[in-house]
Amino acid sequence: MAVTRFPARAEGIADRITGFMAHLRMNGLKLGPAETSDAMAVLGAVDATDTGQARLALKALIAPDADGWRKFDELFDAYWFNAGKTRTGAASAHVRVQSARPTLWQSHLDQDGGGADADGQTTPGDGQGEAEGIDGRLIATRTDNLRKRDLRELLDEDTLRAAERAAQQLARAIRDRRSRRRIQARRGAMLDLRRTLRASLPRGGEPLDLFRRTRPERPMRIVALCDVSGSMQHYARVFLAFVKGLIDADTTADAYLFHTRLMRVTAAMRDHDTLRAAGRLSLMAEGFGGGTDIGASLTAFAETYAAKALSGRTIVIILSDGYCTGAPAELAAALGRMRRKSGRIVWLNPLKGWRDYAPVSASITAALPYLDAHLPANTIEALAALEPEFARL
Amino acid sequence: MSRTYTDMKMALGQVGYVADDSLAMALHLALALGRPLLLEGPAGVGKTEVAKAMAAHLQTRLIRLQCYEGLDASHAIYEWNYQRQLLAIRSEGTGEEALFSDKYLLKRPLLEAISQDTPPVLLIDEIDRADEEFEAYLLEILSDFQITIPEIGTITAHSRPVVILTANGTRDLSDALRRRCLYSYVDYPDRDTELAILRARGPQIEPRLARQIIGTVQALRREELEKKPGIAEMLDWAAALAGLGINDLTEDRVALQATLVCLLKTAADRDAAPPEVLDRIIGKVA
Repeated sequence: MAVTRFPARAEGIADRITGFMAHLRMNGLKLGPAETSDAMAVLGAVDATDTGQARLALKALIAPDADGWRKFDELFDAYWFNAGKTRTGAASAHVRVQSARPTLWQSHLDQDGGGADADGQTTPGDGQGEAEGIDGRLIATRTDNLRKRDLRELLDEDTLRAAERAAQQLARAIRDRRSRRRIQARRGAMLDLRRTLRASLPRGGEPLDLFRRTRPERPMRIVALCDVSGSMQHYARVFLAFVKGLIDADTTADAYLFHTRLMRVTAAMRDHDTLRAAGRLSLMAEGFGGGTDIGASLTAFAETYAAKALSGRTIVIILSDGYCTGAPAELAAALGRMRRKSGRIVWLNPLKGWRDYAPVSASITAALPYLDAHLPANTIEALAALEPEFARL
Repeated sequence: MSRTYTDMKMALGQVGYVADDSLAMALHLALALGRPLLLEGPAGVGKTEVAKAMAAHLQTRLIRLQCYEGLDASHAIYEWNYQRQLLAIRSEGTGEEALFSDKYLLKRPLLEAISQDTPPVLLIDEIDRADEEFEAYLLEILSDFQITIPEIGTITAHSRPVVILTANGTRDLSDALRRRCLYSYVDYPDRDTELAILRARGPQIEPRLARQIIGTVQALRREELEKKPGIAEMLDWAAALAGLGINDLTEDRVALQATLVCLLKTAADRDAAPPEVLDRIIGKVA
């Protein structure tokens, strides 16, 4: 590897280390002046002219966590051995800047026009009128009339961020369930007088050990099932941002995507590295056929994940337009099973916000008896406005 | 005292710990700069063992603080011996001055560590299990090596302990703590390192069997398991095989299946590695 040629004015090791620190900072590591002087001290403790030693020593000092540990070697090479690698450094700097923002799906969805659904049957791009199958065409013609108010206009980053914010507010509204009871706790606002007095007896009546009580947390868990089939293509992006927001706001939340099959995406969504998360999602979504089979997907959910994922304190959120190629009876049966195990089932329907919409499609009619709420969610405002609805659930 | 990281590596080798370059360097720097060292990595790769090896190498005490949820100052730093104080008041009418003295002070690991004459090795194990409040408290101790007891005053370290923290990633540690520490990520060792470890810990095992054991364990780690077998599991398994007098993994399949309890610790993992998979793995390494 060719060693970087530094400009003649860069003199001495201190100057170069400062430059190295600036390079690392540019690549997203949080380093202050203290770290720079530490780096000098570290190099003093090893044979600084030996590259291998200097590398290991700086790595031990600078890597903040496992991610930084893995990235460090590349950054080190990029600065000290340019050999065409400086560009890598600059490029990754760019990536970091992007990924610091919550625009998780940007790169992913831009690449293949609808990415996560990767629906072979819909045409990439606008999908106007060309889409085959009932779902695709239906959405295309209707959206044409109503595009002003619909999510497909709202594809910029601000809107995605708004979607995440709305999701976080919802998650908070759902999670905060206070109880009026008090339970024993190691730390708590109130003293547990009865236990404290009882424990004071062996101490001759001196209340030495203080026991406390606190309000128990009764968090509701969120399980989100998001439809990413062809008919939902225009909403997928914002809905994915919404689901990502739910996952981020609540460490116990669980997320699934489906069109003809179901997959669990909680781990992928939780990935801090946004690029990698997008990559994982598109890998998972690949190879899916067209169309939607909500019934089969929900049956799969009820048979496998539901045992672990659902409990009396679970809110199931289904994001779908309800256009389904499968038998309505299967959907009803699956919802019935989920209904028995979960606390609430909420269906967020992008079509419901439309003026003339009536829930007449076979699947929705079959599903309605099992839902606690069937709410409109075709704009960000509609998503945000759901907060009071959720608080009531 | 080791002068370079290769010295450190050799010194640890003498006490039976095989460290890779980056870990040896991190330990060397921790000693040279007097900074705490944070070790992260999957369970069973020898993070805790590092501290024991360091204590053996430096010929000093190992003081261990095992963290858990709800760990508080009275369990980690110090506590007054209330019972003795009460007894002293009742029986002798001891005055306040005498009550808050060393005699009635129960030293917990952190206070213990900074009041030693020779610098001990302080192991703060699984720091991510402790609460965030405790982590914040730890910051003062790790940066200044002093503890304030309201009734007595500030106790400053006689000698700076060598501090090693380990974490498993139960939760994210704060940036403030990470900044004060050197860092090393300990991963599962590669084939040669693991062979060296097995040779150091189980010299009685024949080279051929040792190669088979390492090959199998390394292949198992590539399978989708809930709990991947760590080094400790590997050593247990080697000991079990040696104890049963098995000299070749292809030899006795029934006994081999029975010894797998050393490696696969959950029912799901047992199902994930059925005999056929194992046969394939062993066939490859044999």
